[in-house]
Amino acid sequence: MAAVTLFCRAAPFLFFMRRRPPPVLDYLQRYIPPMIMTVLVLNSYKAIGFAKAPYGLPEIVSGLAVAALHIWKRNTLASILGGTALYMVLIRIC
Amino acid sequence: MHRFKAALDGLRPAFSATVPVLLGYVTIGIAFGLLLVKSGQPWWMATLMSLFVYAGAAQFMAVGLLASGTGIAQIALLTLVINARHMVYGLSLLDRFGACRRFKAYLVFALTDETYGLLTTVEPPPGVDRESFYTLVSGLDQSYWLIGSTLGALVGGLLPFESKGIEFALTALFIVLLVEQMRAVRRPAPYLVATAATGAALLAVGPANLLVVAILASIVGILPFRKALA
Repeated sequence: MAAVTLFCRAAPFLFFMRRRPPPVLDYLQRYIPPMIMTVLVLNSYKAIGFAKAPYGLPEIVSGLAVAALHIWKRNTLASILGGTALYMVLIRIC
Repeated sequence: MHRFKAALDGLRPAFSATVPVLLGYVTIGIAFGLLLVKSGQPWWMATLMSLFVYAGAAQFMAVGLLASGTGIAQIALLTLVINARHMVYGLSLLDRFGACRRFKAYLVFALTDETYGLLTTVEPPPGVDRESFYTLVSGLDQSYWLIGSTLGALVGGLLPFESKGIEFALTALFIVLLVEQMRAVRRPAPYLVATAATGAALLAVGPANLLVVAILASIVGILPFRKALA
């Protein structure tokens, strides 16, 4: 497991150690991070039971609160701690 | 000595950047350690795996596989499927890691989802060199995971689990990093492509292997926009 995991993480660096990366990679390097962050956020929401009460409301409300807090104050810690605290309260009262 | 001081200067900003990961990794690490011991493994197995494998999803998967006596070839194959996404992470870090020397091997080894998110979004503070900042962030993140999983394996059963819900800190971290990406990359295409790719992946393979399929589909999906985004 350790070997396979390390292989996955090291493959691109080993492959392009001597070769020049093709120009299409310059393009991809720029747009991969925003795409991956989008996928990671959506992936965090995949396990939620939207079909039954509370219909994923704690997750959605807390997630929106994190985004709103961050757009407003742009303080990473405050956004994350605030949203997480709200979530912990919501799952206990819903 | 000078180098040492420079590294210490980076410690405070690196720590504050990784606090959300601290919350998530310690709690999820405790859950992992607890689960692993309950499945019949000795406690130090949790420490060893977190030290050398250091991949959350794959470690959780391994608990079930080890308990059911799955063969080593199949465990290797499943690990490959789960962690194939990290190849894509590396592709987008070729430039950022290009200038790194001494700790590059460790940075590559320790590249988890959360660490990737931090390294691609948070800039090193002025006066702190990129490589030591990246190394501090990566090392702190792994130490949280190591502490959490060892703690869970040793005393997990004794902890009152009133911290339920604290793992939302990792979702919140990804949301914050997404907002930061939206400030940096002000084009709608990558976000729309990634959302469509995730939706398609969910329909095609369901939730289990969603991450790797969605990321590969995003890469393929963004290629046609090369001219438009140039």
